[in-house]
Amino acid sequence: MMGKIASPAKASLLKGSLLGIASAMLLAGTAMTPASAETVLRATMHADVRTLDPHWTTQTIAGIHGMLVYDTLFGVDDDGTPHPQMVGDYSVTEDGLEYSFTLRDGLKFHDGSDVTTADVIASLKRWGAKDQAARAMFAYVDSLEAVDDKTFTMKLSAPYGLVLDTLGKTGTMVPIIMRESDASTSGDEQVTEAVGSGPFMMVKEEWVPGSKTVYVKNPNYVPREGEPSGFSGAKIPKVDKIELVWIDDSQTRMQALIAGEIDLLEQPAVDFVPILESDPNIEVIRTGAVDSHWGTIRINHLHPPFDKPEMRQALYHLVNQEDYLQTIVGNPDYYRTCYSYITCGTTYEDETGKEVISDYDPKKAYEMMKAAGYNDEPIYVLAATDHHTITPAAQVLLNAMREAGINVNAVSIDWGSVVARRSNREKPEDGGWNIFVTTSSGTTALNPALNTWLGAGCEGANVGWPCDEELEKLRGEFAFARTVEERKEVARKIQERATYVVPYISFGQWTQPMAYRSDKISGIVPVTGLTVLWNIEKSE
Amino acid sequence: MTAYIARRLLATIPVMAVVAIFVFLLLRLAPGDPAALIAGDDATSGQIESIRQQLGLNLPIWRQFLLWAGGILQGDLGTSIFSNMPVTTLIAQRLEPTLMLMVATLIVAISFAIPLGVIAAWKARTIVDRFVMLLSVLGFAIPVFLAGYVLMYVFSIQLRWLPVQGYRPLAQGFWPSIQSLILPAIALGTTYIALIARITRASMLEVLSQDYIRTANAKGLATSRVLLLHALKNASVPIVTVIGIGIALLISGVVITETVFNIPGLGRLTVDAVLKRDYPIVQGLILVFAATKVIINLLIDLSYAFLDPRIRH
Repeated sequence: MMGKIASPAKASLLKGSLLGIASAMLLAGTAMTPASAETVLRATMHADVRTLDPHWTTQTIAGIHGMLVYDTLFGVDDDGTPHPQMVGDYSVTEDGLEYSFTLRDGLKFHDGSDVTTADVIASLKRWGAKDQAARAMFAYVDSLEAVDDKTFTMKLSAPYGLVLDTLGKTGTMVPIIMRESDASTSGDEQVTEAVGSGPFMMVKEEWVPGSKTVYVKNPNYVPREGEPSGFSGAKIPKVDKIELVWIDDSQTRMQALIAGEIDLLEQPAVDFVPILESDPNIEVIRTGAVDSHWGTIRINHLHPPFDKPEMRQALYHLVNQEDYLQTIVGNPDYYRTCYSYITCGTTYEDETGKEVISDYDPKKAYEMMKAAGYNDEPIYVLAATDHHTITPAAQVLLNAMREAGINVNAVSIDWGSVVARRSNREKPEDGGWNIFVTTSSGTTALNPALNTWLGAGCEGANVGWPCDEELEKLRGEFAFARTVEERKEVARKIQERATYVVPYISFGQWTQPMAYRSDKISGIVPVTGLTVLWNIEKSE
Repeated sequence: MTAYIARRLLATIPVMAVVAIFVFLLLRLAPGDPAALIAGDDATSGQIESIRQQLGLNLPIWRQFLLWAGGILQGDLGTSIFSNMPVTTLIAQRLEPTLMLMVATLIVAISFAIPLGVIAAWKARTIVDRFVMLLSVLGFAIPVFLAGYVLMYVFSIQLRWLPVQGYRPLAQGFWPSIQSLILPAIALGTTYIALIARITRASMLEVLSQDYIRTANAKGLATSRVLLLHALKNASVPIVTVIGIGIALLISGVVITETVFNIPGLGRLTVDAVLKRDYPIVQGLILVFAATKVIINLLIDLSYAFLDPRIRH
């Protein structure tokens, strides 16, 4: 059995075939460019849209979807100050007990029906039953009444000072306005339609959960006037279509942006930022004035040894914020240490107690715990194994605990299981926990009322269930302070008390950069919390 | 033959029932709570509990199973916990990309692997054979994701010949659809090329040592005729078996490829659903995969009869 040497003719044929395939690919590559003049903004966000009801979940992506499809009564600007959005005029009585709101002219839902006060009141009631900040406000709302189709009043039992801030809330569970028929759905049931009055309309027929969500420009949207800032000012849909393309793999996302297959990448992996920055067609920007994330080491107050404040205070000495931030972010341009229970860089930031909180000394932590009665019992730390920031942060904490000599039981499970287990109030050895690590948006801690992790309402508090009457009383006082100076003073007292109670320990804050094709799109309004996609222009 | 096929198809019913029970229990016993994932990071225990109640996750497991099994008997695989869309719709949305990727991969794998295997056997113990076997080892050794990234870098980023990611449905044109599949099919196909090439070589070597091949050569038949008509046909049973097994393996292989190349297929749907604890989707998909595997096995068994008439008797 002998082989035959390929003839020159055959070799030439093979070479020709390869060249032919390559040419066909090139020709077809040019055919990939859309022929129509329709402008399509393709963006890859941090997560995929899976739930259409922004009142039903605290997922940030549901909020981003909500802000595209729906509109809100108020919108906060870049400094966090609320401004009217759907509301045209509003007034408040001298005693702060009655608000009157009148809707702007021309507000219409995507199905063509007018937005009326019946829709607004039904939406606010539904949201008020779900959202923490809304519930705090609604505790003082005596009535919400329609005067006519465009004007409604809100009467309060006490001069709650955060009404406009709450109505302009961003981050999670945003107070979007739905049709009355949708808003009549119980807050425990998901609204499965997405018909709002916002700048873009969802094309539900093209929705492929886990892959793509499509929106088209709302031709009937009447934007308000004014310079866009944050969620306030003019919201103008400037592209014909938005495709939120979900790309799960971070490397592929980056390559897709470099190849121009997507125009905007909401959260590129920080490791890839230098590569993106070196591309002349790509711009990497900060997402807003407020840092996008802060880290939390959450402590369970229900069970020993952390049911004692002295034991929790010892944990301050286990946390060197630089270690966490270097591990998670690496580039100091995008992070900062912060010893305030309120987001640093914002109005109510206060670092009272910094000398204690920032004193990293693992041995001292262990000695303090021993002095408070720690008997080397295992400390159950829920360590997520599959989260790009929480997993390394948990490892930094575990290292510090082990270095201190603490008996650690690291419960290594996926993030979904951490979320499930952290709700368990049982003893750590019976399926509960002592400590877990998580992260939150910087906008969720702009003030002590918004920051639910700071709540210390025992059973009603967030997981970890801190219980401190004094801290809760001060949080209540904050909401009734009338001036910024008064609020700052209350915020300082809250910081002082929280430093003693230790509802959680922060491991710093950072901002997640955003990357986009500067050769194709312009007009991005940097916003922290929920990325906004209106006002963006695209040149094909 | 008809009775045999009917018997085999009936035998799938208990198999599917066992799979259904096993998958249902496994998911319920695994840690994690879909309600907590839906509620989001800032949700309170009360919010999570109300979602759990609304989804029926508080019901006893046996009742949840009966509700699900009752739906299946009526052709209803359930509704996604997250998107509230029927599982059948979600599967239908994802079917085309996965089928196309599998077909493209098989075409790539078979077109490269069988000629390589035949050549390696024909040139056994020569440099050509060694080279083919070296390629085969590399094919096994290179992970799919690495092959994917390298192909992406060369052909999409540097040469700009092919798209980095995504899938173009056939409805958008045959060539754009094929374009979106070339790199994923090559990346996924490397392992199968290696597998099929090795089996083809081994099987061909055995056949080529038979007396009738020596006779055919002695008669002066052309090498190509001996190799392709006499040897390859008789070596085909193990090759078809490994291709069949390969199809079953492809179902798992597409998960990584679909993730790397962002193809919205069944593999990605499965992984997403598992991570989100979207029980109805996972259960529905496992049933579909199990049924597919049973049918593939049946088709392989039937193909033996056509390839080797002795088996028919």
